[in-house]
Amino acid sequence: MPLEPTAQLAPVLFEPTAQLVPALLDVSFREGYVGSIVFVSLYVSLTAVALSTLVSVPAAVAIGLAEFPGKGFVKSVVNTGMGFPSVVVGLVVLFAVSNQGPLGSLELIFTREAMIMSQFVLATPPITAISLAAVSGVDDGVRDAARVLGGTRVDVALVVLKEARYGIATAVLAGFGRAVSEVGSVLIVGGNITSADGISKTRTLTTAIQLEARQGQYETAMVLGAVLVALVLTVNAVVVRFGDRGVTA
Amino acid sequence: MTIQRRRFVAALGAGAIASAAGCSSTSDSGDGGGGNGTAGNGTDDDGTEGSEAVGVAGETLTLTTTTSTYDTGLLDEIHTDFEEMYGVTVDAVAQGTGAALETARNGDSDIVMVHARGLEDEFLRNGYGVNRRDLMFNDFVIVGPESDPAGIQGMSSATDALTTIAEAQAGFVSRGDNSGTHTKELNLWEAAGTDPGGDWYQETGTGMGEALNIANQQGAYTLSDRGTFISQRSEIDLTILVQGPIEDGPEILANPYGVMAVNPGVHENANYDLAMAYIGWITSPGVQESISEYQVNGEQLFFPEAVSEDPNFQQYVPEGWSSDDSDA
Repeated sequence: MPLEPTAQLAPVLFEPTAQLVPALLDVSFREGYVGSIVFVSLYVSLTAVALSTLVSVPAAVAIGLAEFPGKGFVKSVVNTGMGFPSVVVGLVVLFAVSNQGPLGSLELIFTREAMIMSQFVLATPPITAISLAAVSGVDDGVRDAARVLGGTRVDVALVVLKEARYGIATAVLAGFGRAVSEVGSVLIVGGNITSADGISKTRTLTTAIQLEARQGQYETAMVLGAVLVALVLTVNAVVVRFGDRGVTA
Repeated sequence: MTIQRRRFVAALGAGAIASAAGCSSTSDSGDGGGGNGTAGNGTDDDGTEGSEAVGVAGETLTLTTTTSTYDTGLLDEIHTDFEEMYGVTVDAVAQGTGAALETARNGDSDIVMVHARGLEDEFLRNGYGVNRRDLMFNDFVIVGPESDPAGIQGMSSATDALTTIAEAQAGFVSRGDNSGTHTKELNLWEAAGTDPGGDWYQETGTGMGEALNIANQQGAYTLSDRGTFISQRSEIDLTILVQGPIEDGPEILANPYGVMAVNPGVHENANYDLAMAYIGWITSPGVQESISEYQVNGEQLFFPEAVSEDPNFQQYVPEGWSSDDSDA
């Protein structure tokens, strides 16, 4: 008798899985399609995050090490930036790069460069804010020791950076996570374009997922979602690996 | 007319060859030129082959269009031909009709392919669009759950069907996104003399595919273009309850698509030459034939209407416009 509930339960539990697996295997893509959208996703997000890091980390160190009136306010502004809705950022960048906008003559609308611009705007606040927290968290003694040993301001900054490297790695990963997973702004400024033979020009994994969902192709959307998660996991693993090597070296 | 167009196309082809020869290291333009060898050889007296090759090869045509054309896969199917013929790239951006026209209005696209005659006419009257052509048509259908709670199955009047749905307060999903389909839906409610509203009427603000999915999940009715419905039919349980004119339904459910170039007089950066080449190409008998041959799930989605023996002057001007009108 106690076996019966289990027997009833089993099909209920396993049936959806059984349906899901063949559905996933059925999904087919045109040759080169997935590879090209993965490439565009990585190209746009990594470029944007690299540019953001170049701006954010020096800014975070400068703000973190300096004492000036209004520092708290600057921190609040940066923290607020983390909450920028990506669609709004997309709209602002759209107005900027549109033919009618201030950057119209550069003809950036519906290009990867425009997507990089919007992701730069999105990734910079989290990278700055988390780096700033990491820099502020470095023990004052470290700074003082560097100064006492005769270090210039640059030396002090480098010592602080080294101490804060884990926090800064986290900041960069958070920025990357924000950039690679957002769909609103890249859809608006990029246009979700592929060529007729299915090679992506401005289609990223997120906008491809949105497109599949719009067409009701939920299985395909799920497969692309899995690819995106795998991609983020890989990038994180690589960064963490580098971080560990940095310690032993 | 025909001869002029041939010469124009041939000249463009010659330009493609010339510029391909100029930069033969680029494999892309090399392919484009190669596919058009005969046209290029046919004209050797054209200026486009001068020392400075100014052909269109390597250029990009930005086409804003509707989700209903894009999502059926038609454009990917036919665009390869155009890209190879001219050695160019077509960037197709799928938006709702309203957004597609707005993008063009801002000068961010070179050509629009949409399906809402009222909005197209406004675009033309405001001077943003030129050289409009009728392209193809299919029709709208009213779809809903097989149980058909409001009982509209087989009605011969779309407006009666909508009135019946409203009176029964049966669930209705509206696109609510200023797309061609949404515009048609609003026109139908207006024609029916009913102002939709209340819990049963939901504006989703999504594309056709998503709207169909929402209607499917909720057992609601919705207005869909036949193309999107066919391409998604296997995924959903909705069924056609009121047919459009293709299956002898009311004419009011017709869904004509038009194509027009962005006026280079308003936006001087618009790629007008290439836009006109595209219009010439897509309204040519060969491509119109390909459109009629395009099938999804074994069904024809679009019916070409650009090639006709009889003149159809109304396709070039806002609907009902005549030269006697004061608003030139």
